[in-house]
Amino acid sequence: MAEMTFTRPEFRVRIDRETCIKCGRCVHQCGWGVYVLDDEGRPRPDHAKCAACHRCVTFCPADAITIEKNPLAYKESDSLSAAHRKAVWRQAETGGVLLTGMGNDKPYLRIFDHLLLDACQVTNPSIDPLREPMELRTYLGRKPDYVEVAPAANGLGPRLLTELDPQLELQTPIMFGGMSFGSVSLNVHRALAMAAKELGTYMNTGEGGLHADLQPYQDNIIVQCASGRFGVHADYLQAGAAVEIKIGQGAKPGIGGHLPGEKIDEAVSTTRMIPQGSDALSPAPHHDIYSIEDLRQLIYAIKESTGYKPVSVKIAAVHNVAAIASGVVRAGADIVYLDGFRGGTGAAPTIIRDHVGIPIEIAIAVVDQRLRDEGIRNRASIVAAGGIRSSADVTKAIALGADACAIGTTALVALGCHVCQKCHTGCCSWGICTQRPELVRRLDPEWGAERVINLVRAWSHELAEVLGALGVNAIESMRGSRERLRSLGLDESTSRMLGVKPAGLGH
Amino acid sequence: MMPSSEAARNVPTGPARKGPIGIEPGRINAGQPGTEKGRVSRVGETARIDARGVYYKTLNGQIREQIEGGATRVVLDNVNGQRYIGAAIAAQGVTIEVNGVPGNDLATFMDGPTVVVNENAQDGVGNTMNSGLVVVKGDAGDVLGYGMRGGRLYVRGDVGYRVGIHMKAYEDRRPVIVVGGRARDFLGEYMAGGEIILLGLGESELPLVGSYVGTGMHGGVIYLRGEVAGHQLGKEAGTAAPTDDEMARIEELTLDFCTRAGCDAAEALDRPFTKVFPYSHRPYGKLYAY
Repeated sequence: MAEMTFTRPEFRVRIDRETCIKCGRCVHQCGWGVYVLDDEGRPRPDHAKCAACHRCVTFCPADAITIEKNPLAYKESDSLSAAHRKAVWRQAETGGVLLTGMGNDKPYLRIFDHLLLDACQVTNPSIDPLREPMELRTYLGRKPDYVEVAPAANGLGPRLLTELDPQLELQTPIMFGGMSFGSVSLNVHRALAMAAKELGTYMNTGEGGLHADLQPYQDNIIVQCASGRFGVHADYLQAGAAVEIKIGQGAKPGIGGHLPGEKIDEAVSTTRMIPQGSDALSPAPHHDIYSIEDLRQLIYAIKESTGYKPVSVKIAAVHNVAAIASGVVRAGADIVYLDGFRGGTGAAPTIIRDHVGIPIEIAIAVVDQRLRDEGIRNRASIVAAGGIRSSADVTKAIALGADACAIGTTALVALGCHVCQKCHTGCCSWGICTQRPELVRRLDPEWGAERVINLVRAWSHELAEVLGALGVNAIESMRGSRERLRSLGLDESTSRMLGVKPAGLGH
Repeated sequence: MMPSSEAARNVPTGPARKGPIGIEPGRINAGQPGTEKGRVSRVGETARIDARGVYYKTLNGQIREQIEGGATRVVLDNVNGQRYIGAAIAAQGVTIEVNGVPGNDLATFMDGPTVVVNENAQDGVGNTMNSGLVVVKGDAGDVLGYGMRGGRLYVRGDVGYRVGIHMKAYEDRRPVIVVGGRARDFLGEYMAGGEIILLGLGESELPLVGSYVGTGMHGGVIYLRGEVAGHQLGKEAGTAAPTDDEMARIEELTLDFCTRAGCDAAEALDRPFTKVFPYSHRPYGKLYAY
């Protein structure tokens, strides 16, 4: 029997016959193989392959292409929706685990959109950030419990006696989240590394090693050590400004990663130090970490191996995140990186991406509160990630208690990602989430770096505007200041969990 | 409800506090920095360090100091559980000799040196090691050679669980683990490359190997001196008789092991070996619907 599928195309590609100049550019631009030229030299689309990534639309010189949702009607059912039916059909055909890319796209409550910032009026003057200095500089790392200072004497000023732990200095509280070379292309890594250096912040290698081309940027790179230990060796650990132990990822808490053999080309193979064409399997746990004590062992193994550089521990926001974060801090982490359930991924089973974990907003609040309650908040910085879409989200995350935010998907959007959620296929027409050389070269790293720099600079200006409106002149003054947030339309228990009063309630 | 600050602060955290909040200063850093150094005697290129009571961070600093100062042989006496000995040391032609029992993560991330342990070792020996040689004359614990990418790890006695987990090979880096005694469950789990030889020498009440041998294995090879039952294997692994070339390799590695670990080479090669190999380099290639 011929192969038959019930799943109809999600999109319809329309090419205007009048305006199409038969140049064939759409055929070349499409990474999904949607188009073939027919006998008349006209592009004929295979709708089923279209991901609505807009590469062809952007590059069509005649502006002849539009992509529409397939209007095909399904008998309405709020219970067994069309999406459910399509998933059932795909699995009935293949027997496989459904895979997807990017972050959770389900319509869960978006807490950031229910939080409102304060501003000064009349009695407490606001500050004009265009005229007055605004301090966005942020230091990540362990702060001392107290400092000892030797008083001024013999004509010298006071001296700090306490030895401070090493810190990461960020010129703005925005960094880039871990995305491995292998899941994203080398040009993405190049663009982010250049941008991080220019902005005075950090990019993160993810679990795929550090390509030799990135060594000039190593002072602005955090290197990751995850369960597969790909590309992890002494020089790699020592190359980074800090090392991140990846325990979990917001998009797929509790599971490992499978980079399929097809994506392990020569460059990926060299950087990960594994053979070409063999699957790169990252086990779900680190097999040397089954407890907080074991985590401490790896943290200090890395510190011993790097001359005591800061160590970040990345965990997914899950139900018990506050207690876990407390353990992570007690294990000796300098930075706790919290990744919320909207965080992105190069590939994850849909069931995990869409149904596991908790929102980053709640995770920040409960972790910050727990660490304060236990008197250990100073011992580690909190980086919040997983669904940071705008500078508004950054300000709210910091007001909830984060020291800084990391962006992954949003940085990719700046590079041209259209959020088609097909990262796992490796066919990214924008040259972002692919290793196919003809696609990778579409992303010019310098062009990309400039766009990311523009984005982060714009956000930083916006942060300064918000600080001015709040009447403070340093991001420090807003950090963990939940009094400057109000909730609108959140139920009482969520508001309480966030430690935020409802809108309308004064001080 | 959020736990109240008061309740959390009432949790005992140790002796009297100094400083503004919570934790007493002595617990801020790991372990506790004894900065007292071990006594060093240096004769030519050989340095001896008395590790008795020396904090691991200090001891490892002293080892690096000696190697940077030109020592090619560093002998550590009275070692008692100090962790990370040899961690991330990148040097050729250097030997670290350990008298006593080193702590976890011996030779982690190590790149080049030889480490000889004259007694037992603990867990995590050769964790993510890049190159070099570790010889343990006694037994060793669990999770040996995790993610090891090169070099050799020889253990004269028995080893624990999950030995050689996620070992991988890359070009000329081919990690080798040879164990003179027996191994517990999950030998070569997730193994992606390299070679493990398990000899099971001498008499023992323990079986040669536990269960789940080669679970998730997708590269590399395990050679067992003797037999392994089907139920002991992970579902991704199969068995075969070694080929002649493979037997030659087994002999070469076994002879080297016997010389360095001090075993009887004749006994080590007195019976047939079984090869355990992965069915696929892509064990999960068909798991997903795209």
